[in-house]
Amino acid sequence: MIPEIGHFSLILALLVAVLLGTLPIVGAARGNEVWMGLAKPLARTQFLLIAFTFVCLAYSFASMDYSVAYVAKNSNSKLPIQFRIAAVWGGHEGSLLLWALILSIWTLAVSIFSKHIPDDTRARILGVMGLISVGFLLFMLAVSNPFERLIPAAVDGSDLNPLLQDPGMIFHPPMLYMGYVGFSVAFAFSIAALIGGQLDAAWARWSRPWTTLAWVFLTLGIMAGSNWAYYELGWGGWWFWDAVENASFMPWLVGTALIHSLAVTEKRGSFKAWTVLLAICAFSLSLLGTFLVRSGVLTSVHAFATDPRRGIFILAFLVVVIGGSLALFAWRATSVGRGGKFDVVSRESFLLANNVLLAVAALSVLLGTLYPLFVDALGLGKISVGPPYFNAVFAPLMAPAIFLMGIGPIAQWKEASLPELSTRLRWAFAISVMTAIALPLWLGNLTPWIGFGLFLGFWVLASTVILLKQRLAINPSSSLIARLKANSRSWWGMVIAHLGVAVFIFGVTIVKGYESETAVKMFPGDVTHLAGFDFKFNGVSGHQGPNYRANRGEFVVSKNGEVRTVLTSEKRLYTVTNMPMSEAGISPAFIHDLYASLGEPLENGAWSVRLYHKPMVEWIWFGCLMMGFGGLLALTDKRYRIKKRSKSVNSQLSEVAI
Amino acid sequence: MALKARHKRLLLIAVGLALLSGAVALIFNAFSSNMVFFYTPTQVHKGEVPHDTSFRIGGLVLKDSFKRGDDGLTVHFVVTDTAQTVPVVYKGILPDLFKEGKGVVAQGKVGADGVFTASEVLAKHDENYMPPEAAEALKRAQEQGKTVVMPPSK
Repeated sequence: MIPEIGHFSLILALLVAVLLGTLPIVGAARGNEVWMGLAKPLARTQFLLIAFTFVCLAYSFASMDYSVAYVAKNSNSKLPIQFRIAAVWGGHEGSLLLWALILSIWTLAVSIFSKHIPDDTRARILGVMGLISVGFLLFMLAVSNPFERLIPAAVDGSDLNPLLQDPGMIFHPPMLYMGYVGFSVAFAFSIAALIGGQLDAAWARWSRPWTTLAWVFLTLGIMAGSNWAYYELGWGGWWFWDAVENASFMPWLVGTALIHSLAVTEKRGSFKAWTVLLAICAFSLSLLGTFLVRSGVLTSVHAFATDPRRGIFILAFLVVVIGGSLALFAWRATSVGRGGKFDVVSRESFLLANNVLLAVAALSVLLGTLYPLFVDALGLGKISVGPPYFNAVFAPLMAPAIFLMGIGPIAQWKEASLPELSTRLRWAFAISVMTAIALPLWLGNLTPWIGFGLFLGFWVLASTVILLKQRLAINPSSSLIARLKANSRSWWGMVIAHLGVAVFIFGVTIVKGYESETAVKMFPGDVTHLAGFDFKFNGVSGHQGPNYRANRGEFVVSKNGEVRTVLTSEKRLYTVTNMPMSEAGISPAFIHDLYASLGEPLENGAWSVRLYHKPMVEWIWFGCLMMGFGGLLALTDKRYRIKKRSKSVNSQLSEVAI
Repeated sequence: MALKARHKRLLLIAVGLALLSGAVALIFNAFSSNMVFFYTPTQVHKGEVPHDTSFRIGGLVLKDSFKRGDDGLTVHFVVTDTAQTVPVVYKGILPDLFKEGKGVVAQGKVGADGVFTASEVLAKHDENYMPPEAAEALKRAQEQGKTVVMPPSK
């Protein structure tokens, strides 16, 4: 009964979404205030219905209702409760429902925190979000219904993929989707502005906090996924340039460009058309990413053949959303108008250069991800482009972007002077070069890549220090606290996020340059030396988990005879799916991670094992955390708080526009 | 002497275009030099494969073909598309889901002796899941209508 109620509620949600996607937009065009006013209650109703649907599906999982096909396919009675709930988004249908739920949450949030936005703009924004929702709900009801019954019901479920039975599964997908779907807000703002013909500084100020928040979620979601892969796959890697990862990385690159270009649009009124284009691209790539990962096209482009309706619906939806918004852009962008002028050397042009670099980088990832699929779909054979391609492309594209990151915040808006900039930054440059050479020499291994990576890290660090000094030198008579406070929170957010990039670069460079690994055969009692540490293998013992059997291996790690840590790594066999899984034993620390993972059992209690010493690998994720924190800090900036004064200004603006 | 605004703008556009075309050239160059092609064991047999660059092969791990060296890390196995077979040697730890009779994809080079030296062995994380390349190899072998010859197991 519950699944049917959920199904019914989903149908009602579609009806509400259809109303939300039409009435307010038509109302805004005709100046009908009643229809515009419907946007808010409709957004709220839609949220309640989709949330109720979601609870129904979660209940079916929790109560082990194996008469529901999706539940039977993705869970099992022995699956612990937290994973049974997370299994709601463990497959195709449920992740679409999560997507729709998160979209309705963002829509609800916009309907609540938009008191200062003119009625017609708000109606258009909520209407566009309603239209996106229509697409997803229609797709689910037509071809991906999570409530489809299984007759006769299964005795037990066929279990969630063991790879997904991890705390990472509880946090990573919702975070990532909050980021993906969050870009729909910036997208809806842009479409609304194109329809209404109002693209001004106020528009940029309204969409900025939403975009930043979505970017924060996406950053943290990608970080969680990378960290999960690191400890779960047992290969010691943190980024594989896998198509699934690329799908989340492309919107991030474009989203990063977008938050910077929005800053220019708000502060200087420039880049309007470019900002709108980026907002459209960021959301389009989010949609593409969702479907790439969730349609099975990566497993095989021929997977569509098993259910061609899904493939055709997805392609049609992408064409309508991406093609439609780009057509609208081409039609209306000329009316946007040019912004403030700027010189060749100015903060605007540095930001523009960075924007282009980020966009080109996103394009290169798109090419590497989609081209093999096209070749395969056209029947021209199978090719793959792996990490070597992405590494070869990424370093040369990102290096100038990171170099400019040091200059941009120091350069003046509108017109800056190159000689002045070079005078300001020459010490930062000199110190970065010297440290980048001296540090690897001291550590005993200097290669061009290590030196270059460290230079970029130190460059960002040193130029940020110069920036801080410059800002704090203003008004020297007041106290330090007062001078610190004189800078806005969004400025501090920028500083922290940029320092996060430096921390990230240090992590990547050091771990790439100085990591050590070995694969060896070890008998119980054997000792392997790696990077100055002694790994002693104490053999394995059997353990029984809730739905798996495990061989648990113990490694005692010591240095100069002094025990530093004990690593336990497991080789599990999940009994329902009969799938083996590795759980790496990791001792994470500020300076380095020690990492041991069991390979295969050999004769007489011996195992093949992988051992890693990974210096500063945690800095990679800590850098991402800093970027996310910087974004959050920027969100708390005073100027985003609703003020009476700005409200009156906005309503005047909208009157002028009408 | 300061440049005129119009000249400055032209300069900016020229520099921008030059950099952009440089970036595009970089991307396509990296792309074409890092493409890894896929071949079936039948194609390996016919000698249709490159000799100096690495490529991928896919198929099933032949039953009873798996042997482990004394060091515990070097492994020998045979990949088949049910029409032809290719012997593979690999030094390292195999993925969790590597099993005789199951699908596998290996990346590496083929030597003069016909042995494929793998630098990487891939098997994805699903017991029933067949790597797309392996499935393709089996399909092509079937389409060519060859009699299915499984070499006798030892």
